[in-house]
Amino acid sequence: MPKDGGIGASSKRREDVRFLTGAGNYTDDINIHGQAHVFFLRSDIAHGTITSVDTSAAEAMPGVVKVFTGADFEGVGSIPCGWQVTDRHGDPMQEPAHPVLAQGKVRHVGEPIAAVVAETLAEARDAAEAISVDIAELPAVVNMKDALKDGATKVHDDLTSNLCYDWGFVEENKDAVNKAFDEAAHVTSLELVNNRLVANPMEPRVAVGEYARGTDEHTLYTTSQNPHVIRLLMGAFVLGIPEHKLRVVAPDVGGGFGTKIFHYQEEAFCTFAAKACNRPVKWTSSRSEAFISDAHGRDHVTKIELALDADNNFTAIRTETHANMGAYLSTFAPSVPTWLHGTLMAGNYKTPLIYVNVKAVFTNTVPVDAYRGAGRPEATFQLERVVDKAARELGVDPIALRRQNFITEFPYATPVAVEYDTGDYHATMDKLEEMGDFAGFAARRAESEKNGKLRGLGVNCYIEACGIAPSNLVGQLGARAGLYESATVRVNATGGLVVMTGSHSHGQGHETSFAQVVAEMIGIDESMIEIVHGDTSKVPMGMGTYGSRSIAVGGSAMVRATEKIINKAKKIASHLLEASETDIELKDGAFSVAGTDKSVAWGDVTLAAYVPHNYPLEDIEPGLEETAFYDPSNFTYPSGAYACEVEVDPDTGKVSIERFAAADDFGNIINPMIVTGQVHGGLAQGIGQALLENCAYDENGQLLSASYMDYAMPRADDLPMFSVDHSCQTPCTHNPLGVKGCGEAGAIGSPPAVVNAVVDALQSAGKDVTHVDMPLSPDRVWAAMNG
Amino acid sequence: MAQVTMTVNGKAASGEIEGRTLLSSFLRDQLKLTGTHVGCDTSQCGACVVHVDGVAVKSCTMLAAEADGADVATIEGQANADGSLNVIQQAFQDHHGLQCGFCTPGMVMSAAALLKDNPKPSESDVREYLEGNICRCTGYHNIVKAIMAASGQDVGAIAAE
Repeated sequence: MPKDGGIGASSKRREDVRFLTGAGNYTDDINIHGQAHVFFLRSDIAHGTITSVDTSAAEAMPGVVKVFTGADFEGVGSIPCGWQVTDRHGDPMQEPAHPVLAQGKVRHVGEPIAAVVAETLAEARDAAEAISVDIAELPAVVNMKDALKDGATKVHDDLTSNLCYDWGFVEENKDAVNKAFDEAAHVTSLELVNNRLVANPMEPRVAVGEYARGTDEHTLYTTSQNPHVIRLLMGAFVLGIPEHKLRVVAPDVGGGFGTKIFHYQEEAFCTFAAKACNRPVKWTSSRSEAFISDAHGRDHVTKIELALDADNNFTAIRTETHANMGAYLSTFAPSVPTWLHGTLMAGNYKTPLIYVNVKAVFTNTVPVDAYRGAGRPEATFQLERVVDKAARELGVDPIALRRQNFITEFPYATPVAVEYDTGDYHATMDKLEEMGDFAGFAARRAESEKNGKLRGLGVNCYIEACGIAPSNLVGQLGARAGLYESATVRVNATGGLVVMTGSHSHGQGHETSFAQVVAEMIGIDESMIEIVHGDTSKVPMGMGTYGSRSIAVGGSAMVRATEKIINKAKKIASHLLEASETDIELKDGAFSVAGTDKSVAWGDVTLAAYVPHNYPLEDIEPGLEETAFYDPSNFTYPSGAYACEVEVDPDTGKVSIERFAAADDFGNIINPMIVTGQVHGGLAQGIGQALLENCAYDENGQLLSASYMDYAMPRADDLPMFSVDHSCQTPCTHNPLGVKGCGEAGAIGSPPAVVNAVVDALQSAGKDVTHVDMPLSPDRVWAAMNG
Repeated sequence: MAQVTMTVNGKAASGEIEGRTLLSSFLRDQLKLTGTHVGCDTSQCGACVVHVDGVAVKSCTMLAAEADGADVATIEGQANADGSLNVIQQAFQDHHGLQCGFCTPGMVMSAAALLKDNPKPSESDVREYLEGNICRCTGYHNIVKAIMAASGQDVGAIAAE
């Protein structure tokens, strides 16, 4: 029987009502009296030296308030990078300066050169056209391997080369790994590309800066997944504004998927210009601008090798990856191919020896950073592809090979520095085999073949690491921030609660699911609880939402704060009931004395806290508000098994997804409806990567896929209905809710399933195809078949 | 500058506009009806769909001047007279057909146009009709379900969760 509220209930989302009636409050819906608009003049050249910028004609155009160039930002800080990777030799990565507006050189198409602030956006855009920019073009560095050749043009003249870092993990294991390969009975190797993507939340980025001259206070409204992080990065490192004079608000945000984590130049510009112009300044990205200014994702080129013994046990994994950083280091870019990728290379398997080498490379392209999954999809894709290829080479069943090598005992310390607390990989695979009706596949294949189509079945597993932590460990790994979360729970006199969480919701439904947790803990109706997020003036501190961390880290902080509330409320209740505190029980919103019929309602206790006429003032202060910071002791490790069935049209190479099943283990679940929706969205993005999406540059660094006319977003008729199950649950052992996180699983687990299925389909027709690089567009599949 | 007058959600609305003003800008910037969203600049995403004289239109692709004298319906006018969600809106909430909510106004307006012409659409009818509405959050599964449910069809058997 489904629950009708609290933990485990599919409560309908309260936020939906405003979104469905046009009453949401997105950043572009915010307009401040006296506001001016900014339009950025962006480089249309990938690499060059700026020889002159003449703004005089633009300054004389109608409506123009002020024109800014790089010269206005001399002395202003660089856009900072939040993670420093140390290379194989113990040296820090190369870290170039990242100006708000280009200084001397342009390094990617889309880099802002000048900015026009005007009365209207149209006037700003018109005036920008009147700016005369001369750029002496330099050779563009686009291909990563070319970028590392001797004598290659440098993206940054002040760096020694285009190599950001050369990272080895675990460096001490390298010789042992090589030895295992020398002794292997079988080695399977695979070279592959993890295609560059654009996150494309449907809401483009927006920033509105406001300055109050009387109090010297700045406010920035921005489309961010983590407003406190923006306040710290922009305030402390770019503009020199202390946190008590800077408020950052991220109201309703229309999707993030990673690309709204980062601190961008436009945020710093609008904050700076609001003071310089003494009026609010608003920037609204167009979709075309988004393609050339939002951080991109993925873009790895990898060689992976898998060593097996004579009994088909995995003995070692060795990988070499080139990871594109783009022209500058975006906020978390260096961490993605290293600590979010190398640490996942064990996957679901007890491979004893692993060595991961990553060369991060600067190119004249848009910066690359975290996109849904961030490093974990790249790890999963290469591992699950090479395991599948090994099974085919050895003539064994791909599922059986996986099962044979599954980790089965927990906790399990991998050779890549992480310890999985719980999991049951056989259970999710068992569930998948049932959901996917593998027994019926042969008949479905025969039916497809009757219709002139090839049919393939692809299976894979995945493991994810969510809620990156603890802070003292990530600090050692190079993070320049803590990765805890905070929550403040304020109880009002009449019993309602306001939870101020540092997590941020941009589609995840926290206003509903977080309220369910507190409702369950106290035993009151969800409608008595308000969840507040996204405003640094309301929420004391927050690290925000990314890496599937909200319920595992933010939810845990909220639980801890609520526990403090309950403890204090019990003290008050014990006074009101004239009983010992240890005898007080809280159930269904009432405090009672164990073994008696004496009780006092939640609302009576909260009223006493604020109207303390009868109150133990000598023991505790009035009021009922508590804050907790929660710093997890480990990551959480969701896992699962996915199956994809495709049909391939041999005449055109077109792939269609016929069935997709996902069996996930997310530990305990707060709202199954929301969790299912998160998986659906992740699957669509993963299938989009596998079949449709590709961010393509030409050899001059021009972005060829810079609009929805050219970048193939998954549409409704590209996707099937999904079969999703999360009944396999091994709760996390180290957080109070036993939760693991679910936001990225679909995007991590689905690309290898699709590619494995297509390879299976092509091999069923006798084609000697072992791999096709994503996206598996009709031309690529047709070419692979007709090689 | 020119004067335009139209009926929006049953009420008279007028304003002074430049010739180049798009209907989406007029609705958002002048009438402050910010429920209509703009998610692209190539008429692809469909977040800006409104109805003009009963026909679904991408309001980023129509000049405000072209809507002079027209009857325009936006997301703000879709709820029932008592303020409760209409059948389509309610189905989106019941079936979790939205996450971040940004594409949602366009989805609801497109769904309304579809169901007017095709009161009992099949799954493939819905998917084909939504070609011009992009959602990045839901994978469309629950949107398709919501629209079919709003048409009165039993969606329990469409797909396993």
